[in-house]
Amino acid sequence: MSFQSAVFWVFSAILLFAALRVITARNPVHAALFLVLAFATSAGLWMLLEAEFLAITLVLVYVGAVMVLFLFVVMMLDINLDRLREGYWDYLVPALVVAGVMVAEMATILWGRYFQLVASPAPAAKAAGYSNTRELGRLIYTDYVYAFEIAAVILLVAIVAAIALTLRSRKDTKYQDPARQIAVRKEDRVRIVSMSAEGATAPEPEKGTGSA
Amino acid sequence: MEYFETLLGPAWPVVWTLAKIVAIVLPLMIGVAYLTLAERKVIGYMQVRLGPNRVSFFGLRWLRGWGQPIADGLKLLTKEIIIPTGANKFLFILAPILSIMPALAAWAVVPFDPNLVLANVDAGLLYVLAITSMGVYGVIIAGWASNSKYAFLGSLRSAAQIVSYEIAMGFALVGVLMMAHSLNLVEIVKQQQGSYGALSWNWVPLFPMFLVYLISGVAETNRAPFDVAEGESEIVAGFHVEYSGMAFAVFFLAEYANMILVSTLCATMFLGGWLSPIPGLPDGFPWLLAKVAFVLFLFLWFRATFPRYRYDQIMRLGWKVFIPVTLVWLLVIGGWMQTPYWLWASGAH
Repeated sequence: MSFQSAVFWVFSAILLFAALRVITARNPVHAALFLVLAFATSAGLWMLLEAEFLAITLVLVYVGAVMVLFLFVVMMLDINLDRLREGYWDYLVPALVVAGVMVAEMATILWGRYFQLVASPAPAAKAAGYSNTRELGRLIYTDYVYAFEIAAVILLVAIVAAIALTLRSRKDTKYQDPARQIAVRKEDRVRIVSMSAEGATAPEPEKGTGSA
Repeated sequence: MEYFETLLGPAWPVVWTLAKIVAIVLPLMIGVAYLTLAERKVIGYMQVRLGPNRVSFFGLRWLRGWGQPIADGLKLLTKEIIIPTGANKFLFILAPILSIMPALAAWAVVPFDPNLVLANVDAGLLYVLAITSMGVYGVIIAGWASNSKYAFLGSLRSAAQIVSYEIAMGFALVGVLMMAHSLNLVEIVKQQQGSYGALSWNWVPLFPMFLVYLISGVAETNRAPFDVAEGESEIVAGFHVEYSGMAFAVFFLAEYANMILVSTLCATMFLGGWLSPIPGLPDGFPWLLAKVAFVLFLFLWFRATFPRYRYDQIMRLGWKVFIPVTLVWLLVIGGWMQTPYWLWASGAH
């Protein structure tokens, strides 16, 4: 067994274990952390397939940003685990149907050669100087530029819609206007009064009424 | 060397790589130790104090103060690690490890010289971004596993802050990418070679991005004035309030190793790496060292100068100032490159 296939089997084992724990871990934070592990190991598998751009982007986007926000939300949930488990088995029948469909779909893909769905052979290994990132960038910005731009616009619309749906402007919120804060000058805040040092006009403290 | 090669046989590449890793990590750890001393001395002088001036080696007068980091390390090593009741023990121990891992792993692609780099990979810049983006897990897990309100608040603040500043940082690096036409850090430094010396480096054409990267770097490493994750005046010590002994020391090491890493990346991508600032002088590793020391001094200077940002001010700066600035400058640079007035053209592409 070559070193590469050894790495593949180890990573696959970790990936399957992590994926299983995502759905079986009792604690949602643990589940989210196992999902992070699953992403990291699948990035390793993609790296074995010489898809280094996709592998690193998976770590950068999903591990570095998406899962951080996920954890952010999950950590703040106050979940009663016993309540969550009530009626767990009531969903058995629909869950089995969904699982059966998924298994059938995956089997079609995985045995694609048997069903003669896969016509293209595995791509040949690229030369050492081949830059995955450069080729991907070139394709996206030339051949597929319209599809790419449309996808970008759809994402932008989704962002704007998400903000528009959740933004509530309350009237009683206090906030500062940084431009006005910076524009403040000394004269607006401080008044310097010239007074004589000897307190001739200062009122005498009354006797007997001094407070602590 | 050939003698060892024949002696160890197939194990030789592994041993040789491990030796190279040690050759990077060992000086780094010494650098971390003396960065803490430098920080205390520099801030001490800025505040008209002396800083550490007692612990010495062998009672030598002229080494007074130099033993301080070693003494601090020994003290932390011998202290007990207290695991709070109700803490998640496994994650509690895992958190410091997760926070130092990226600070060390990112050094794999950092070039010290045209030929001196552990792994000269083509996607080096992406690798650095991906690895450093994992550093936040140490903070988040520490805060959650501690089972403490202060620690938890610190980790929530840190999560939101780091994710926000990573976007600005990424855009700043897109500028570097456009200049170099490559993600390889060695290529990025080589592209900055020009006839104007220090003015050929990326910090001139990408000046706004250089500033954004530098300030985001301060925010990413949770340093003052962006250290709300610790915020000792509000949440005691933030995410590491429950940590003691060596577990705390590992967080400390990670913070300072991250500072050195961000400074080195800044020097590599914007300040010309190992290139000499004056045309004619030989290039070499000492220049990189000098640039890193300069950026690190800025870190210490910021800490001594600026009061801590308020949390909403941090978010405003990241989202409403830095991201628009970098986006506008990307357009400016992209447009400028297409005109004949582009001054930094290198013949490489």
